[in-house]
Order: sequence, then structure tokens, then C-alpha cells
Amino acid sequence: MSAAARRRLITPRQSQFCARVILWAMMAATLAVLVFIVLFVVKRGLAHVSWEFLTGAPSLSGKAGGVLPMIVGTLAVTALGVALATPLGVGTAIYLTEYTREGRITKIIRFGAECLAGVPSIIFGLFGFVFFVLVLGFGWSILAGGLTLAFMILPTVIRTSEEAIKSVPPSYREVALSLGASKWESIVKVVLPSAMPGILTGVILGVGRSISETAAVIFTSGSSLSKVIPTSLFDGTRTLAVHFYQLAREGISADKAYATATVLVLAILIINVTAYAIMSRFMKRYR
Amino acid sequence: MRFRLPEKVVERSLLLVAMSSVAILLLITVFIFREGGPLLVQVGLGNFFSGAWDPQHDQYGIALMVVGSFAVTSGALLIGVPFGIACAIVLAEMAPPRARSILKPAIEVLAGIPSVVYGFMGIVVLLPMIRTHIGGPGASALAGSIILGIMVLPTVIGISVDALQAVPRSYREASLALGATQWQTIRRVVLPAARSGIVAAVILGMGRAVGETMAVIMVAGNSVQMPHSPLDSVRTLTANIALEMGYAAGDHRAALFATGIVLFVIIMILNTLANLARGRLKKRSVVVVTLAATAADLVKPRAKPEEQ
Amino acid sequence: MLPRMRTRSLCTFLLLAAIATLATACNRNQAGGETAVTLAGSTSVQPFAEHWAETYMGQNPGITINVQGGGSTAGVKAALAGAADVGMCSRELKPDEAAKLKKIVVARDGLTIVVHPSNAVADLTVEQVRSIFAGRIKNWSEVGGADHKMTVVTRENGSGARGAFEELVMNKESIASSALVQDSQGAVRQMVSADAGALGYVSHGVVDASVKPLKIGGVAPTEATLTAGTYPLIRPFLFISKGEPAGAAKAFIDWILSPAGQALAVKEGLIAVQK
Repeated sequence: MSAAARRRLITPRQSQFCARVILWAMMAATLAVLVFIVLFVVKRGLAHVSWEFLTGAPSLSGKAGGVLPMIVGTLAVTALGVALATPLGVGTAIYLTEYTREGRITKIIRFGAECLAGVPSIIFGLFGFVFFVLVLGFGWSILAGGLTLAFMILPTVIRTSEEAIKSVPPSYREVALSLGASKWESIVKVVLPSAMPGILTGVILGVGRSISETAAVIFTSGSSLSKVIPTSLFDGTRTLAVHFYQLAREGISADKAYATATVLVLAILIINVTAYAIMSRFMKRYR
Repeated sequence: MRFRLPEKVVERSLLLVAMSSVAILLLITVFIFREGGPLLVQVGLGNFFSGAWDPQHDQYGIALMVVGSFAVTSGALLIGVPFGIACAIVLAEMAPPRARSILKPAIEVLAGIPSVVYGFMGIVVLLPMIRTHIGGPGASALAGSIILGIMVLPTVIGISVDALQAVPRSYREASLALGATQWQTIRRVVLPAARSGIVAAVILGMGRAVGETMAVIMVAGNSVQMPHSPLDSVRTLTANIALEMGYAAGDHRAALFATGIVLFVIIMILNTLANLARGRLKKRSVVVVTLAATAADLVKPRAKPEEQ
Repeated sequence: MLPRMRTRSLCTFLLLAAIATLATACNRNQAGGETAVTLAGSTSVQPFAEHWAETYMGQNPGITINVQGGGSTAGVKAALAGAADVGMCSRELKPDEAAKLKKIVVARDGLTIVVHPSNAVADLTVEQVRSIFAGRIKNWSEVGGADHKMTVVTRENGSGARGAFEELVMNKESIASSALVQDSQGAVRQMVSADAGALGYVSHGVVDASVKPLKIGGVAPTEATLTAGTYPLIRPFLFISKGEPAGAAKAFIDWILSPAGQALAVKEGLIAVQK
């Protein structure tokens, strides 16, 4: 059968229909995987998530008790990471969008950020282990973990901030400048506040990435199971994701493992939905 | 007169901040090479890439791990790329705005789920399935590929969607005006025009798969062996680092950092390739030529069926 | 005006975060007064050490005991480098290690060969186990079981369990490269419990109903045979330190060796050390 003849058997309309069905089916399959994972974990874990679980200390290697020290540890490394990555990321974005034309320097910076975004978390872990834990002598600590995470989420913050700043209409800047503001003033008082929701989205996504990270923090914050809440930046901590890994791997307690996973997955869900809600409201404003 | 920060100072300090990501990248490079480089020299690049891995007898060769990473990654792309591009087409071209506003964040949640959770799902759901329905021990290159195939989806989808959306609306309108259906427009005009961006998406997805650690450790079995079928267990470069890092000292540790160097170099090459591919996207001339060619191609065979 | 306030509140937040960072950083110096003991090493010993530490801390407020994993070899290194007060090791020390370190046997452990509960094989000799792990025996029918391909599960290089297994069973032979490698006892147990053809080795203390322990040369790993020493695969759990342990570390180790500490070990499936 010649190609032309075959072409006649299926009209463009039919092939359009087939393509649509297949593509939507593939989309549905992808979503089904997501829904399956979330439901699978939450269904088995939710029953074991209680107030005592969220606010209690673990005992018997995590077989009993709660996860409060891990929650605090996770929040601590995440907060540190975000507090460091935000000024760096927003600063970079301001420089890229407001202070320079596309040229060699922006190319280098963009390339650097893109490469950093592609660096696997295990490499960040190795680096953080050598640089922060050993060379700088921080030990397995919240500080080492937070700094490593800051490096890891920096590209995310840069990219979203850049997009947010770019989407602020030029007229805003022009008005500010025409009122006698300096460039820097116009940025701080007009551009940044207008871009804030977009920047916030990047930060929130960075928070999500930090919370779910395992490989980078296990080498930098350690995996010591602590019954007490960390009080110093030099305390080691086991983050929730690492705790889940240990529970699941060591087969310590399936119930606690599912409960920990439920906390993680729900946190990620809430974070993503929040980020998206802020972003879509932000985009609507400037459309 | 109020004090004003001199603009030059602001610009300089912002430039300094902006160089931070480059500086971090350099810092990472320096330290990974510092730890692993000497061993690479000592063992020799040739031996490192061809020899066997037996740390107890001071043999450090990562050939089988390179094979393992390659096997798992190509498997992941085989699964992740078709689904990823399909989802990207639906998101960028077909879905009505309201559906898109649900689908897009859903895909992003997929990216946010911790890799340890993926690995765990692999252990409790996927491995038993492979064991009972296909055979083998379950923990295998196949299991790793499937889990990674799901994990690369958000990367592939995100960048492909960007690439598709970057194709000017006028291209679609021109094609539709020529009488093409939406699918013909997508296949013959939009996809070719977005080709380089999609290539970048695939390359970055590949980088994601090569670099993933925890999920792979949990499902791929980690045997240091030459896989003869997808059901054989393999160890990836990343798994090698994470598995043995805790125990390693001296040359063994250096060898794991050297494994990190190899991983890092692979990732850098992939990033550069993706960057090149994406750079090409911006050169509209290439796109226009593709468009002209595909439009011509579109008109010719369509002439006959339309006459009937 | 609203956007302006937002920037300001963000700045305030960042400032506060910075202050909090500094404040907690200073905390470190003040924490010096409290007594802390750091243990690091074998992941086999870790859960038991955590258990000991938990009970001990419950009885002795004011003492903090940190238990880090890392593996036996890492435990040796940590003790040598002084990174940990006490290293944990679940295999015999190598001669060069033993020369530099003080070791205390805190308990003994029976390395148990486990298979899927449905497996008909109940007894193997050490030689058979060696042949299986070396890859010479590949099917359960060769050792009197059903015609089912074997899935051999081992631990990663450097782990104490693997070190002890190689020493006690392998007799300088290498474990076949086709063996699956898992990085914890729980993972080995999980793998074996889910695969009808699997076998692996774990501590006697972590054996549960999901797997079946095998007799070795006719001797089942039970509390009696382990204590009597008739079960062939027994390894020590060591606490090691550079020089004689002192202060809080010594008190902790003394408590572990006391009847109360040993009773806890026995309850968890380990073997008590006789004084």
C-alpha cells in the first residue's frame, strides 16, 4: 500500500480525533499516577497522624512517639536555606532584568544558574559534606544543611524572581523615575513590591524543594535521631524526609513511616497549591 | 536632600550578588575535584572507566556503574519522554484554560513529592508487581526506569510547555488558515518549531534521571554487575556514592568523590547541550525556515484528499 | 502604600531571621556545660545503642547521648579522629585498627540467614551458604528446596554485617556480583520477605515473622544456642574508643554492661556478654 493510499484511509479529522484521545489518555495516566501516590500514602498514613504524633518526641528508634524534633529540624534548615537564597536570588534577578543588557555577563550568570539547577542533590550533598561539615568545621549541623539547601534552591528563586520582575509593566518604572526617584528607589519602592507575589512563589517552591530533599541533607545535617528539639545552628538534625527514609529502610514501623510520608506529601501539596494560587492571581493582575 | 545610594555602588554590589551562582558552581567544582581528582590521577582515567569495583581490594573502576546509570536513564527517557511531551501538548495546545489551571499545578506537585516517597512506592507497589507479573527479583533496571520515568515527567513537561508556548501564535493561525486540522498544525508546525526547546527538555530530563539518588537506591537493587536484561539489578553512579559514602575512608572515599566528578561532568555536558539547544530556539530564522518547509509539505499531500 | 508595607515586612522578617541566626549561633558556646556523649558507627548497632541511650537518658537527666549511623568503618574512623567519643563496630577489628583502639564488647549478635516464610528449606551448612553467596548454587532445588531461582541479598561494602558475614562464612571468597545490595538490615528483611526465592543475612534481633530464619548445620539461632555459642555465626558488637573511656562515656558503657543494660540487649534479641 502506498503512502498516499494509506493517507486516504484515515482522514485528517480522524487522525485528529485519535491524537486527541491518545494525548488526553496519556495526560490522564500521568495524573492517575499522581493521584495514586497521594491517595496510597495518605490513606495508610492519615489514621496514624495525630496531634501527639506531630508534637511528640520519637522513641524506640521511631517505632513509637512523634516527629516534632524532625519537623523543627526540617523547618530550621529550610528557613535558613530560604533566608540565604532569597536575597541572593532576588538580587541576581534585579541585576539581570534592571541593570544590564543581555550580553556576555548575563550569559555567564544565566548559564551558571542553569547549571546549578541541573546539579544533582547528591553532588550538593558531597560538596556540603566536604566544604561545610569538614573544611569549615560546622559538623553535621542545621547550619551546614541550611547552607547547602540555600545553594540548591538558589536557581529556583532566581528564575521565578526574574520572571516576576520582568512582568512588571515598564510604565511603573517610568512613572517612578519621572517623579524623581532614582533607579534603585524605583526598584525597591515600585518594582519589587509589584513583583512580590511572583518572588514569593519562587520562595515557596524553594521551601517545597527543601522539605522534600534527602540526599543533600543526609550528608550535611546528619541522620542522628534526636529526642530533643534542636536549639543551636550547630546541632545536627534528622529532617522529616530523612526520618521517613530511615523508617522505611530499616523497616522500623510501617505505620510511622506512612504517617511521616503523609505529613510530607500533604505539606508539599499545600505548598504547591499556595504557590500556584499566589502566582495565578499575580499573573492575572498584569494580563 | 536625602541621601541616595550611588547607582554605581548599587550596580556593582548587585553584580557581585548575581555572580553568586557562578561562584557557587565554581566552589562545588573545586571541592569535588579536590577530593576526587588525586585518585583519578593515581588510578588513571582509563582504569577508572574500565576497571572492576572492589574497594576491599583497592580496585576502583566505575564502568559497571556507568552502564547502570545509562541503562536506567535511557529506560526512564523511553517512558518519560513520550508521556512528558504528550502532557506538554495537552497543556499548551489542547486544554481549555480552566483545565490547564488544574493540570499544571498537579504536575508541579508531582515534582514536589520527595524522591524517598517515590522510592518507597516503588518498593511496596512496583517491585511486587514486576516480581509476580514479569519475573526476576523485582529490584531491577526496569523498576528504576519506571520510577525515574515518572520523576523526570515534571522536568520534561515544564520545559516542553515553555518551548511550545514560545512558538508565535501567528504560526498556528497560518497553518489553520491553510486548512490544516489542529493536530496537523501541532505535528507539522508547532512541534517542529519548538523542536530545539523540546530537545532541551529531554536533555534536562536526562540530567534529572542521571542525578537522582534515593529513589534509585531503593528500587534498582544496586548489584555491581553487567545487566543482561531489564530485569537484572544495576547500580548507578549516584547509588554508588550514597551507598558507600558512610563507610568510606582514604582511597575508597576519594573514589566515591571521583564518581561524583564523573557525574558532575556528565551533568555539565548535558546542561551545556540543553543550553545550546535552547539558544537555537531564540534564532527565529531557523524556525521560520522549518515552518516554510513544513507548510510546503503540508499543502502538497493534503491537496488530494481535500478534492474528494 | 500597601505594597510598600509588604517590602518592609519582608525586610523585617529577613532581619529577624538574621538576628535569630546569630542568637542561636551564640548558644553553642553556652551549651558546653551540659554533658554530651557522641556515638557513631555501625548501623547494626545503632538501633540498640539508641535504645540504650533512650533508657539511660531517661534515668539520668542532664546527659545527652547522640547516636549517629555511618557504618562500622566510619565508626572506627570517628573514634580514631575523635569525631565521636565512642565508635560502634559490628565486626572484629582489623589488626591495624586494634593496635590503635580500645575495644569493649557490649553484646554479641547471631548473624541469621533468613529466607521467605514459604521456603521449604530449613537447614543449610556454612559451606552451602558460602556457595550460594559466591554464586555457585543458583537454584533452591540444589539444596533440597523447590525449583525456584535464588535471589541473593547482601549488604553494602564496609557495613559491619557484611564484614562479619565475609569473615564467618565466605572464607576469603567474594560475594557474587549479581547479589542485590541493600543498605540496611530492614531493607534486607523487606526484600527477603517479599520474594519467595530470596535469602539474606540480618541480626538475630531484627528477625520477625515476615521472614524465616534457617538452621545452620542443624543449629537454629535461638537464645539458648546463641548464648551457649553453639550457633556458628556469632559476631561481636563493639564499642571502641581512643584510649580508656572516661567520664560520662565510661558511666554509660558501665551501665550497658550492667545487668540492667544487658537485659535490655537480650530483650531486643542480642546475646548478653558474660563478665
